[in-house]
Amino acid sequence: MNQKLPSLLATGRSRGGVEVRQFMRQRESVVFTLMFPVLLLLIFGSVFKMNIVPGVTFSQYFVAGMIASGLVNSGFQGLAIAIPMERDDGTLKRLRGTPMPAMAYFLGKAILVVLSTVAQIIMLLLVGVLLFHVKLPINANHWLVLLWITALGSAVSTLLGIAFSSIPRSGRGASAVVTPIVLVLQFTSGVFFIFNELPTWMQYTASIFPLRWMTQGMRSVFLPESFSAHEVGHSWELGKIALILGIWLIIGAVLALKTFKWERSR
Amino acid sequence: MSETAVRVRGLVKTYGDTKAVAGIDFDVYSGEVLAFLGPNGAGKTTTVEILEGFRDRESGEVSVLGVDPAIKGVEARRWRDQLGIVLQSTSDVAELTVAETVHHFATLYSNPRDPSEVIDSVGLGEKRKSRCRELSGGQRRRLDVALGILGNPKLLFLDEPTTGFDPEARRAFWDLIRSLRADGTTILLTTHYLEEAEALADRLIVINRGVIIDTGTPQSIGGRNQAEAIISWNENNSLQELRTTTPTHALGEIMGRFGGEIPELRVRRPSLEETYLEMIGSDES
Repeated sequence: MNQKLPSLLATGRSRGGVEVRQFMRQRESVVFTLMFPVLLLLIFGSVFKMNIVPGVTFSQYFVAGMIASGLVNSGFQGLAIAIPMERDDGTLKRLRGTPMPAMAYFLGKAILVVLSTVAQIIMLLLVGVLLFHVKLPINANHWLVLLWITALGSAVSTLLGIAFSSIPRSGRGASAVVTPIVLVLQFTSGVFFIFNELPTWMQYTASIFPLRWMTQGMRSVFLPESFSAHEVGHSWELGKIALILGIWLIIGAVLALKTFKWERSR
Repeated sequence: MSETAVRVRGLVKTYGDTKAVAGIDFDVYSGEVLAFLGPNGAGKTTTVEILEGFRDRESGEVSVLGVDPAIKGVEARRWRDQLGIVLQSTSDVAELTVAETVHHFATLYSNPRDPSEVIDSVGLGEKRKSRCRELSGGQRRRLDVALGILGNPKLLFLDEPTTGFDPEARRAFWDLIRSLRADGTTILLTTHYLEEAEALADRLIVINRGVIIDTGTPQSIGGRNQAEAIISWNENNSLQELRTTTPTHALGEIMGRFGGEIPELRVRRPSLEETYLEMIGSDES
């Protein structure tokens, strides 16, 4: 019998295709994930017109933070809500009954996360540059940092989203569990407020989680070198960021593999 | 190749204090349609989901197409490649069209059928460009069956496939199942509709409270072929009824009395439904 199973790459790409197609056809997901950050930029950028230090506008700081939190929105928030819903509606069980390799499902999710993250970044930069005079990075090194923080941050965020997806008990309740967590992290990690102006205890608490380090990494890309003196560690600490995100990558991978559930618990 | 598609011996599964499956033995032979009957909570779904590899068993031997369903890794993929599973109702793939869904699932199998032919064979040809969420209950179920047969399975599991069908759709569905059987597909069907089991199944297994209470063909199960026949007719404007093990002889006597047409004559055996309810009822008491 000729039984040559389709490869992980082929099935993963096929999953990615239907993930993207389904995502684009749900108006809520497009608006919430892609347009909401732009809407926030429009509001915050229009209200806070001051410079936070001479030569650095609030919008410039805010765009860096929003790009970092975009990684969390598309990956962690998106998956921690979508996967419980797919557990409820039978998607996961049906796939489990086919010869698809389990990893292909996650590969499909990762493809969706990467594409929606890139779309988000492009839209934020476009609106930032056109309406709020946000300055793009000038040298190649900055673009490189943007690239690796996006890649590593997305990977961490995707794995943690998969891991967290086993916590909400139903698809309908998932967004009520997940959204407040993301919101609190955004407030305490230097997205909506200037991180070095937050109370020390809040800085310490937020420093446990990845978003605080992603925002700092993005600031190193979008803010002038001189701003690094205003950071809590008085430098951009790129090595430390890579290390902490690397640790979260391992934690996320282990949790995702150990806790993933294909069916609702009975 | 073995003549037995599924072999189960001493299967046990307990949830908390209740034995959902309390030690059952049965075989499904290659090429047959076997129907699993039983009230809700009898252990049907638990048994079938163990065979499908969705649940772990507690003890007993299970072999499905020669493989233990608890298998993992690439061997599990090879095994699933030969199965078709139609679960109870789902609501996934809502935003994809019928054609997109079937084409997508075809990419997951080693040797899929032609997606367009499968869509036609389940009668969804005119719906191929519709989004799945726009399908009626019966159409949605036919899509489930399309996805179940897409991989050219040797063994097809059908869990209550026609729930919510109108009679016409159910007949069309039965024809589809018969054509699959004619192609040599082994089918394990669970259903609440005894008429459906009678129309489709070569053999029946009746399960209640985790044990098998009878096995047989639709004609013989529960001793149906040897049960008393019921003769009823109208005599002197009142309905007469006679239960007898020798209906031909009894009918001869009645004919002698009338010497012509017997008004409202009926001779019948207990229906499968009556036999089934009798079996479940006497098992409960």
